[in-house]
Amino acid sequence: MCLAIPVQIVEVLADQQAVIELSGIRKEISTALLDDVQVGDYVILHVGYAIGKLDTDEALRTLELFGELSAAQDADAVAT
Amino acid sequence: MKYIDEFRDGDVARKIAARIAAEVDPARSYSFMEFCGGHTHAISRYGIAELLPANVRLIHGPGCPVCVLPIGRIDHALTLALERNVIVCTYGDTMRVPASGGMSLIKAKARGGDIRMVYSAADALRIAQENPQREVVFFAIGFETTTPPTALVIRDAHARHVDNFSVLCCHVLTPAAIAHILESPEVREDGTVPLDGFVGPAHVSIVIGSDPYVAAAEKYRKPVVIAGFEPLDVMQAILMLVRQVNQGRCVVENEFTRAVSPCGNLTAQALMAEVFEMRPTFEWRGLGEVANSALRIRPAYAQFDAERRYDLAYKPVPDNKACECGAILRGVKRPSECKIFGTVCTPENPMGSCMVSSEGACAAHYSYGRFKDIAVIAA
Repeated sequence: MCLAIPVQIVEVLADQQAVIELSGIRKEISTALLDDVQVGDYVILHVGYAIGKLDTDEALRTLELFGELSAAQDADAVAT
Repeated sequence: MKYIDEFRDGDVARKIAARIAAEVDPARSYSFMEFCGGHTHAISRYGIAELLPANVRLIHGPGCPVCVLPIGRIDHALTLALERNVIVCTYGDTMRVPASGGMSLIKAKARGGDIRMVYSAADALRIAQENPQREVVFFAIGFETTTPPTALVIRDAHARHVDNFSVLCCHVLTPAAIAHILESPEVREDGTVPLDGFVGPAHVSIVIGSDPYVAAAEKYRKPVVIAGFEPLDVMQAILMLVRQVNQGRCVVENEFTRAVSPCGNLTAQALMAEVFEMRPTFEWRGLGEVANSALRIRPAYAQFDAERRYDLAYKPVPDNKACECGAILRGVKRPSECKIFGTVCTPENPMGSCMVSSEGACAAHYSYGRFKDIAVIAA
């Protein structure tokens, strides 16, 4: 029910609408729940509405955190 | 898909699993509740429970809005469609939820009720505008993720004077349900549900932020780690919970920083506050009446409130006696401990609500895990 996916804004339309693209599929969505959206932004799409923005820097940081963890694990494996 | 596939990498998942195994204290056990159905689904689908050490147990929580919707509320929607000649618009998830007398919305549709599945609340409003001679009700369910779009269509209907449109509001609130579980006798007194922390909601928290969980974490001394719905998010959150337990800390941490901030989406919150107010109490399937746990439409928007418009009085209806959904939603039983699981009750023909939505604990276990406890016998 709370299913939502990250999608990229490719066109900002009038009346707080925007066009998004996801794996080649384009769809018109509402951005009325966000203060400001620009082309190129990633937003979290739920039932036709962008409910939040996706912070791409934070996404990379989280992935790096997984990477560091992997490195720590590999180091442990070498040590033991 | 970008920002999804990276969070599903199996090799990284196994490395996080090894880290969890290295850090758990073998002398104790760890029980964490994943509140959300989205997490329940990810845990079953990606086999996360199998990646964890034997002393780390995940307990499914009540965070599936379809599962906690009580029979009496679906009966309201059925009454409108079958007796009041109303077009009832609803999200697909509610169509097969069992209601009174063996009915469901999909069976009512087969009997001629004008019930339409919609993708978005905006579709329901559009149907009302296209059918000015008919009354149209949007059957609105869901947690805080799904509530802001409902608030928007009510405001739009008001602004555009769409007088044949109204909303049957069944929106429920997450922090109240978490507090209710922590207050339950199973958790507080008899210890039948040991609980060392929560994997906190993903998309709900985009809207409400991470701050609303702070009070519960402090008051009940339980760590909360907000996590995204992808498998690596869940694994990382479990590692963060294990660390908090080991260090004796009980704070709210955020693994889902790419989408969740401390204060959440303030625009969405302001809109919800404008259109909705707190209900003093609301019945949840499995949890019973929970105070201050759901929203209703404010008097300023009364004409769009289907409960008032059609004078619907709420009547509680008991669940099927054989169904263990209530105990499963409270974390007391697992799906496989229900007598009718996978035999009488299946996703094709659900008896209980947990078998309806793919996020329900029973449907998730049926789809991805029902054979895993059965020994393989070579022919």
